[in-house]
This record gives sequence, structure tokens and C-alpha cells, in this order.
Amino acid sequence: MFKILKREMLTPNICKMVVSAPRIAKAARPGQFLIVLPGEEGERIPLTISDYDRKEGTVTIVTQLVGASSAAIIAKEEGEFFRDVVGPLGNSSAFVNMDREALEGQRYIFIAGGLGTAPVYPQAKWLHDRGIAVDVIIGARTKDLLIYTEELGSACDNLYLCTDDGSSGFHGVGTACLEKLVSEGKEYTQAVAIGPMIMMKFATLTCRKLRIPIDVSLNMLMVDGTGMCGACRVTVAGKTRFACVDGPEFNGYDVDFDEAMRRLGQYKAEEAAEKAKYIK
Amino acid sequence: MAERIPRVPVREQDPKVRAHNFDEVCYGYNLEEATTEASRCLHCKNPRCVGACPVSIKIPEFIAKVKEGDIDGAAAVIAEDSSLPAVCGRVCPQETQCEGSCILGVKGEPVAIGKLERFVADHASSPERKETFSNSRKVAVIGSGPAGLACASDLAKWGYDVTIFEALHKAGGVLEYGIPEFRLPKEKVLKREIDAVRKLGVKIETDVIIGRTVTIDSLIDDEGFEAIFVGTGAGLPKFMGIPGENLNGVFSANEFLTRNNLMKAFREDYMTPIHAGRKCCVIGGGNVAMDAARTALRLGADTSIIYRRTEVELPARKEEVHHAKEEGIDFRMLTNPVEIIGDENGWVKALRCIRMELGEPDESGRRSPVPIPGSEFEIPTETVIMALGTAPNPLIVNTTDGLEATRRGGLVADEEGRTTREGIFAGGDAVTGAATVILAMGAGRKAAKAIDEYLKNK
Repeated sequence: MFKILKREMLTPNICKMVVSAPRIAKAARPGQFLIVLPGEEGERIPLTISDYDRKEGTVTIVTQLVGASSAAIIAKEEGEFFRDVVGPLGNSSAFVNMDREALEGQRYIFIAGGLGTAPVYPQAKWLHDRGIAVDVIIGARTKDLLIYTEELGSACDNLYLCTDDGSSGFHGVGTACLEKLVSEGKEYTQAVAIGPMIMMKFATLTCRKLRIPIDVSLNMLMVDGTGMCGACRVTVAGKTRFACVDGPEFNGYDVDFDEAMRRLGQYKAEEAAEKAKYIK
Repeated sequence: MAERIPRVPVREQDPKVRAHNFDEVCYGYNLEEATTEASRCLHCKNPRCVGACPVSIKIPEFIAKVKEGDIDGAAAVIAEDSSLPAVCGRVCPQETQCEGSCILGVKGEPVAIGKLERFVADHASSPERKETFSNSRKVAVIGSGPAGLACASDLAKWGYDVTIFEALHKAGGVLEYGIPEFRLPKEKVLKREIDAVRKLGVKIETDVIIGRTVTIDSLIDDEGFEAIFVGTGAGLPKFMGIPGENLNGVFSANEFLTRNNLMKAFREDYMTPIHAGRKCCVIGGGNVAMDAARTALRLGADTSIIYRRTEVELPARKEEVHHAKEEGIDFRMLTNPVEIIGDENGWVKALRCIRMELGEPDESGRRSPVPIPGSEFEIPTETVIMALGTAPNPLIVNTTDGLEATRRGGLVADEEGRTTREGIFAGGDAVTGAATVILAMGAGRKAAKAIDEYLKNK
């Protein structure tokens, strides 16, 4: 059993939780994910790790209400328990394994969309703490849906906010903001996009145009997260890869995003029926 | 010679009824049936059945107790060699092991050893927790499947402080995620046997992935484990590499079965989604293929098994094939998929196959199937389940210095389970690649002996 130590609604639909999981906190690296099983009858839900504190033995997860299973996570109160939390899973971000020399002189740009903003935080912080240049673009539909602005403000050199409706920061999507920054003379050697699949697809198209290498973090459907089920299959550079053990981050140029989006919808009909049962 | 009593048939759920539920197919013997069947045993001086059992259960001895009606006594005899009798009585391929070598089988039907084992396990009272002497020496067992449970049980009986680490949220490994409820009931049978292992003093920590959550080295260096047994099985699914495998509606048998067994998708009160479709094709001919097909059938799909050789070569147990047929699974033999065809939305629409014929025997001695040119045809289907076998997970090899694996991914280990690194032992599917529950248990027991020897001399 894994105790929920803190619970905070960041927006009406997005919930941040700090969970006691000492073994995971000790092993976690930026870019990895974990799996939460809220209760016996629930699903195993993969979530990217949004922060970890080795001293306190905690991990932070951020969940958005989309269906019955995310509702089951969010329904938990402070002081309650998740039946299971397992991880860390997947590989850490590429930069974690690069040596100091290779990192020197790199200029990172993170493009975060919606819920994907939370897992950008440990990555930007990791680089920023080591003196590597990091800029972050956060995009959301409207001002009230921007999350992690304070945390990320202190974990990067420049933070750019974007809203689709212009209610805060740049009026437009994150990729348009990136194009503007580059046209104004900003130079980046590596981009990382985390967010909805469609956003990562367009971030990749933009980066290709701007000739910036890009990594994307794929949030595919999974059951075990250890390579057993193959539900997270995705075509990368023409080959079938498992997002759970080969990823979750891949070179965006190589990812077949259309297939990935289609595969995400594989249980849509079943999920809609389930949602109708639980959320009335 | 007096006329022999025929083998007592076992009662089973009506195929027409069971095709629509997940209740156990086989009801097992009652006391009268069991004692009658037990009376058929000749109690051979040199019992061939014992030699053919991978864990060497003293078969004639336990059968003698059944004949006397001493079920607890029979259970005690079995317990000396097996920690999972209710499981093995159900899923072991007895026809090629104990029963396959029974002398009665030469002219007639062998003693129903498997059914008797199951009867004993199901009807014996659970033994009290024994106060065992503890030597306080810590051994870690990685994986709570048959190999790990067998290894842990023996070590605990000998006084070791054993912790099993399990990556999933429930103990049992393939017994929990792989074998369906209708062959191995989880609550009634599996949980009871795992609880019995716990009663020996074995601790089971779930949600720990060795190689991710902690490493083997940290177990040794930081947590004080003196020896490690790796029984992580063969969990990685294989795909065919044909076009269309990533279409929606194509699943590995592992995914399909895990959703239904571990995650209980068949139950209304569980949230897990599963998609069998109205028509399902299962590719493969092993026990996993039978399990996947019979699960899809129960979920409402008209189901076919597609296999490239003939029925004679089907690697699945005869009993499973027979049950699958009774339930209405369609068997398409000498058929090999070449492509999965999708509709305009990327969902499976049909399976394109080619007809095969048997050619010359290959290195395994089986006649290898050869495609008949120009014989391609399509089977309309909504889902395709790949049950082509599994390979060991490379996670532990990749995160542990000094451990070597073969080209096929199995850990390199000797007959007693010693790997290429001192203090680390391995057995079961993690070494051999996918095999049977009982072979894994046998390997777990051998490794337990080797661990005991190693620690005594350390």
C-alpha cells in the first residue's frame, strides 16, 4: 500500500499527488514513469514521474481526469492509499546518460503541452541544476489550465507561456512560439516535447523544419510496463518498438505518430462504456 | 488375471455451458472416485512414474494413502516434494510424464495420477504453520512463478530467511497472469497454495522490478542477501514480423490473457477493458494458444486456431485441444498467416494466410511445414491474437555485471542452476525459454539445493 501524503487540484481536472514510495524515489531518474493501481478492481495506469524526493522517499504524480481509471486515482484523498505503485519504468532521458563534455554547450528547449508539463519539470530541473542552458515553453488552451508555471520558472533560464485563446503569454500553440523564438535569433541544439500525441507530432514537424533534433515521450497504452504485453507497440524508424522498455522517449523524427494515435484509441469503445458506469 | 477396473472418468462442466463462463472446466474426483482410482495403482517396485516426475513426487506412496482414505497423509507425502500440488494436478502434462510412464498405460489406461494429486490438494486440510528453525541467512528469490515458489519453499523449510520479489501486483507469475480461471481458479486454488508458501515463512514483496526498482547488486550490497535465485520466467511476447501486426485488434496472447486473468477483464466489477471482437483468430498451437482461444470464445468471439503444421504436431496438451474442440473452437491446420489486413480506420479486417504441406523433418524431428505456392486466401476476422511463444526478459542480464545469457536470451546456468556469477542462481523459463510449470518447479528445487550447499560452504 502506498500512502498519498499530499493532494492538490492544479486545475478543475488536473490533480497533483505526492505519494510515499521509498524504493521508487531512490531509483527514479528524469524521463521515467511508474504505474499506479488505485484499487483491486482498477487498471494499471502508467504515469510519467513528475518529481521525486529521495530523502523523503516520495514521488509526485500528476493525473488528468479523462476516464474511469483516472477518476479512480483522483477520487483518492490525502491520507488514503493506492493499492500499488510500481516503478521506475522505462529508460531515463538521453541527457541523463550523456557525459559532462557532451552536455556542455547544449541548449535545450522543452515544449510542454497540458498534462505533459508536469514530467518536464524533473528534466528541466536536472539540466538547470547542472548549469546547462534550458528554456521551456508551456502551452494550454487557456490561462487557468497552465500548470507548473511556478516550479518551472525556477528550473529553467527562460519560461514561455502560451495559450490558444491568448489569455496569458503568447497567443497561439507552443510550436508557433518556438518558431517565433528561433526567428528572433534563439538557437537550440535539442528539443524535447511532452504532451498529447498530436502536439508531439506537430512539435516534431516544426523541429524538422527548424533543423532541431527532438525527443518525444510516448504515453502508450500498457498493462505491465516491463515488456510483457506489447500493448505499447509503436513503429520507430520502421521497426516495432515497445514504449515501456525501449522508450518512453524516442527520436521524434523516427516515430510513426499516426499509428501511435490510432493505437491509443484501441479500447475507446470499452473505455466509454466503463466511464458511463463510473462517472455519472 | 482378474478384470481390471477401468480408469475412473472425471466429471466436467458441459461444453455448451462452459463456453459461456469462466468457471472451472474439470470438477475433479470425489472421495469415492478417488479411492477407486487409487486402487488401480500396482505399486510397482521400481515406480517409473516417480522417475518421470520433474520433482520426483513419491507417487505410489501418496496413492496408497488415498486408497486408505488418509487424505492429509497423502498431502504430507506430496508436500515433501511439491509446494504446488493443486496447481500441478491441473496444469502438468501428466500424459508425457508420470502417467505417460505408468505401466498400466502399456495395455490400457494409466492411473489418473494428476487427478488424484488434485483431489488430495483440494481436499486435504491446510497444514498448521510450522515453527521452523531460522538460520537468519537471507536469500532473495526473483519472480513468484513456479520456479521461484518451489525454490523459496525448500529454502524456507531449511531455515533460510527468504524474500520473493514480484514485479506485478499479485504473486504467482504465469499461474496468475497466464493460465485462465477455467483451468486454474485463482482465489480457490492458486491463492491457497501461495498462502501455504507464505506459511512456511516466505515473504513476498510485490511491485518490485529487479533491474529497475532495485538491482541484484543493491540486494546483495545494501539489503544483505547472501544468495539470489532468478526465476523471472519468459515473459516477452514474440510477433511474426508480418505486415499489419500493429493494426488495432492485434494483440499478444500475453496482453490478452493478462487483461483477463490478472486484471479480471471478464468480471463486470473490474475496470479492465478487453477486446475479443465477434470473430477472433489465434495464431499458434501451444497451451497458450488454447488458453487465448478459449478465453476469446468465452468473451463471445467465434474463434479459430491457426497453426502451420497438423494436429499431430500441436504442442498443446491433448486434453486442452480436446476441451477446445468440445467448446467449439475451429481448428485451421496447415495454415500460416502472411499478412494482417486492416480497414480504413486501421482496425483488423482479415487475416491473409497461405496453405502449407509437411515437408522433410527439421532439426527438432518434426516435419517442417512448406507453403503451397499460390494458395493464399483470406479469413475475415476482427481480432488476431499472437501466441507464438515467449522469450526471457533481458532486464536482469542488462543490469547485472557478470551474468551471461545465451543468444536466445536465456540465462547461462548449469544443471544445478549456478549462473556465471557466484552467489546467483537461476532456473525455469528464465534459463530454458518457455517450458512447463513442473519443469520450472524442478529447476527451482535443484537450485535451492545448490544455494544451500553454496551458503553452507561460504
